[in-house]
Amino acid sequence: MTMDFSRDKPIYSQLVDRICGDILKGQILLGDRLPSVREYAVETGVNVNTVQRVYKELEAMYITETKRGQGTFITTNEERIEVLRDDMKNKLAESFLTSIEALGFSKEEMLVVLKNKA
Amino acid sequence: MLQLSNVSFQYKNKPILQDISFSFPIGQIIGLVGENGSGKSTLLKVLAGLLRPSSGDVVLNGEPVTRRSADRIAYLPDTDLFFEYYTGEQLFHHYASQFEDFSYDKACIVAEFLQVDKNTKLRQLSKGNRGRMKMAATLGREVPYYLMDEPFAGLDPIVREQLIKGLIQFTDIENQTILLSTHELYEVEPILDQIILLQAGSITAYEEVETLRDVTNKDAVEWMKGFYKKG
Repeated sequence: MTMDFSRDKPIYSQLVDRICGDILKGQILLGDRLPSVREYAVETGVNVNTVQRVYKELEAMYITETKRGQGTFITTNEERIEVLRDDMKNKLAESFLTSIEALGFSKEEMLVVLKNKA
Repeated sequence: MLQLSNVSFQYKNKPILQDISFSFPIGQIIGLVGENGSGKSTLLKVLAGLLRPSSGDVVLNGEPVTRRSADRIAYLPDTDLFFEYYTGEQLFHHYASQFEDFSYDKACIVAEFLQVDKNTKLRQLSKGNRGRMKMAATLGREVPYYLMDEPFAGLDPIVREQLIKGLIQFTDIENQTILLSTHELYEVEPILDQIILLQAGSITAYEEVETLRDVTNKDAVEWMKGFYKKG
């Protein structure tokens, strides 16, 4: 299935976020092999050069490791994934804060709404 | 490297292309966008050696491009009536007789990937299937440059998506370059490395698509619209 991308962010970073999200949700498991660059490009409908950049980025983040001749694998380092989980939470919180600030809501009143939602 | 130096093209004294200089590097998928009548088709034909520029040079790896450069450039025309009395198989045999670099087997594999029957005459196929067959014949060729004139025009979203996947699957981006003109920029953007905007026969903008998003927080469609509001 071809992905829909949001219009305001580079496609490679959206794919990095998507793969990180799939790891946190457990849809991709630690130690799993990722599809080849071309397979993933065809699956998502994205340029091969873009996917190469995604894979490079993930490796630079120590989320994946490339084993020569075998492919790219998700790290088996659980601590790294815990850090990723915290990073993603922080990122989400920051973007939420920016959004409510833009509308003039305070953190406190939003906390009440959030609690009542649950 | 395919290069244009100061290329102009006139038709009946009307300027269609005006003093274009540009180099097309290997290993890129480049989108050519612009309004109808901005000169996209003419530019592709000049690059393919099908039209001779009125002035300026078109050069491929140091040699002038002529009709004979067809052995290193595959051109996909925008015409729908394309060898209409041939079946797909006959079309592939015809391509094999014309182009040494054509692989009959690869064309069949692409046709199968695109799910189009190669035993039906092209005129009896739906428009979408003719578009698929044209793509299969073009990708059957192994050349450094593919020039595609509106490969997705008039096709439904399912066919467009399949053709886009076919392009990713069957080209080798380390050694090949695709230059394609399109009006379906929103859908095509994810496969583009770069984008060229043609306005009234001149290249008025040229960007890397990911840089565009990174720096301006805009997608290619919004970016392009910006060039039309000013005027």
